[in-house]
Amino acid sequence: MNPLIIETAKSVIASSAPLVFAGIGEMFTERAGVVNLSLDGSILLSAMAAFAIAFLSGSLILGFLGGMLVGMLIALLVAYGAIALKQDQVAIGFVLTLLCADLSSFIGKPFVRKPGPSVPHWPIPGLVNIPVIGRILFDQDVLVYASYAVILVAWVWLFYTQAGLRLRSVGERPEAAFARGIAVNRVRYLYTALGGALVGLAGGGYSLSVKLGWSHRHTAGIGWIALAIVIFGGWHPFRVAFGAYLFGVLKSVGSLLQPGFPNIPTQVFQAAPFALMLLALLLVSGDREGLARRLPKPLRAIVQALLAGRPPAGLGKRFEQG
Amino acid sequence: MKIQLRDIYKYFGPVRANDGISLEIESGVIHGLLGENGAGKTTLMKILSGYQSADRGTILLNGRPVHFRSPADAIAAGIGMLHQDPLDVPAFSALENLALGSPGGPFLNRARARRTLETLGRRFGFSLDPDAPVSSLTVGERQQLEMVRLLALGVRVIILDEPTTGISAPQKALLFQALHQLSQEGLAVIFVSHKLEEVQELCSRVTVLRQGKVAGELRAPFATDEMVSLMFGQALGTYGRRPIPLGEIILQVENLTVRSPRLELNGVHLTVRAGEVIGLAGLEGSGQRLLMLACAGLQKPHGGRIILGGQDVTGRPYTTFLRHGVAFVPAARLEEGLVPGLTLREHFALAGDTRGFLIRWDEADARAAQMIADFNIVGQADTRVEALSGGNQQRALLALLPERLRLLILEHPTRGLDIASSRWIWHRLLERRERGTAILFTSTDLDELVEYSDRIVVFSGGKMSAPLETSRVTVEELGYLIGGRGL
Repeated sequence: MNPLIIETAKSVIASSAPLVFAGIGEMFTERAGVVNLSLDGSILLSAMAAFAIAFLSGSLILGFLGGMLVGMLIALLVAYGAIALKQDQVAIGFVLTLLCADLSSFIGKPFVRKPGPSVPHWPIPGLVNIPVIGRILFDQDVLVYASYAVILVAWVWLFYTQAGLRLRSVGERPEAAFARGIAVNRVRYLYTALGGALVGLAGGGYSLSVKLGWSHRHTAGIGWIALAIVIFGGWHPFRVAFGAYLFGVLKSVGSLLQPGFPNIPTQVFQAAPFALMLLALLLVSGDREGLARRLPKPLRAIVQALLAGRPPAGLGKRFEQG
Repeated sequence: MKIQLRDIYKYFGPVRANDGISLEIESGVIHGLLGENGAGKTTLMKILSGYQSADRGTILLNGRPVHFRSPADAIAAGIGMLHQDPLDVPAFSALENLALGSPGGPFLNRARARRTLETLGRRFGFSLDPDAPVSSLTVGERQQLEMVRLLALGVRVIILDEPTTGISAPQKALLFQALHQLSQEGLAVIFVSHKLEEVQELCSRVTVLRQGKVAGELRAPFATDEMVSLMFGQALGTYGRRPIPLGEIILQVENLTVRSPRLELNGVHLTVRAGEVIGLAGLEGSGQRLLMLACAGLQKPHGGRIILGGQDVTGRPYTTFLRHGVAFVPAARLEEGLVPGLTLREHFALAGDTRGFLIRWDEADARAAQMIADFNIVGQADTRVEALSGGNQQRALLALLPERLRLLILEHPTRGLDIASSRWIWHRLLERRERGTAILFTSTDLDELVEYSDRIVVFSGGKMSAPLETSRVTVEELGYLIGGRGL
């Protein structure tokens, strides 16, 4: 196969890993009925924190843990405000987005454009020799392998464990969950924190692997994409991951095409993936039946299965016990 | 198991939902809990099953006091409740619903849930698709699923809140058979209902609640008269009505069908003349609202015709109905009638002449001042409507109606108002009647229906009775009809 395609696929997989973490994390949070809208700010702040800690301590592991802790704390703020203080989740998330973004610029100033540690490349022996697939999937770093694991574990967790069933019931109909003896708000705290930790991991993934180092607004925009991908993915781990990879493909197609069209401003290619993502979102959340009808028959079932999905019925709704 | 409820009190603000209720329930008995809407039945059962806590009072199980902090506590003690709107997760399959909250290992055991569903389903003759999402099941099937779930958890007391609402006749037969079977097996069954015939058919004991208190206890066989008088209280004497000559035909409804997701109202025929007051009686959700919405032009009928002043307006937009002089005053005053956040003068500005670019504040102010005086509204022009009391909101709604109306449709016009306010409201409404406005109104107060209506129609499960002349009907007879007998 064309080595360019293999290289592109490989880089798409690698660069999408943080988006997978953030998407799956937010998916967990929303499955519990909470919207953590602060993603764009959380990713920035945790990316900065992860880089700063790794830079100062020289330990990648400490860096990642720090990033996850930051993400988790921000998420807990959202949960606390929404559940204990009974405030609007969207408002809290939005304010935190702005706050964290500015905070990352402010605190991160000393670390701008400093060379720092990065996650080492580590091909999996044996698996890497599988033709084509091996080079694309298994010639990566540990972070990418972790993203595969997160997708699989999330899927098993949601649909094959009692805990996952409880989680889904809390997001779908908290009253019914409560009636069955589930501590609704505790579950919500738990998964908001878990989701936040994954978002923090995504931040670390950028500054320590995909987009090395730290600069002002280092990952700006990615958080919104992650939020959109959760909707695009119908709150299903596989489709959320698919959404993350699709965005990766759109981005790399942009950078591949760019040299061929010197007359078009580079900003067009940079912005195009966002616009295309918006288009994909419209297709998914718009008139699905109409879309399916316009497609040739063999494609219909596939597209319908791919587009099926609706938000958890209790998403963003407050639950008060007794 | 023996359950004793002692002096249960539960107030919601000024409303005394449970006002010192004491009750005893024994195993092996189907115990009926009978009462009108708002008599306090559901509140009492939610307290017994752990969904709500009582303000005061004790629950004893086999003589020992218990305190439930959640429904799960009550289930652990053997008490489970089936809600009128089944409390399940619509997006889940039947199996997932069954597995949710049941004890078991860390993994979701679909096979075990499937066995439970099969075994218990076979015992009661339920056939449920284990893999279909619950949202695709009928209310009756969801009820069966909830019953299976509670029995699988080992409850010994099962509470059913109005279980026959919205289920089919065969499902009802199956349900009753299952309840008999359970009581024979020694379970206590509490059957909450407002339907006399069902209680008579099923229960061997019945407790009647009225206005949050126990009105009486009866053992089978039940005398219908006795049940009716306990349920509705002693009837007040009917007042003489000033007869006025009825005018031309204002409204004709011909073979009307209106559907909502929960109910279908069909086969409605009604003719209303100018100056006539028609009372729509029946338990809430029996089809009265559908008829009112259709006649007000707020819901499109699925069949039949609505003729206003000789002109067919079926399916025409709301504005056409307005132009024909129809007005609808909903029961949810703040949600549907008024605009919370706006003041009285802003309401009068909205209701007045809205042509032109600028608001005519002088006109609105003048009208507000006049109407506040005229309708005895306790409030100022710049009072926000949500700050008004219920009675004053209702006065404001009436004050906002156009001068000339041919048909005025009112949903529970005096609900939540004290006697003085109610009488005042009716005084204003009857004035309109004398000026030739036809009135349709609903009420759950039988005395109000008999006092103010020329004719009464009774709704039950989407059917409307032939109109009854109020002069020839008593409160008792009306009670029978509303209880679902004789329709």
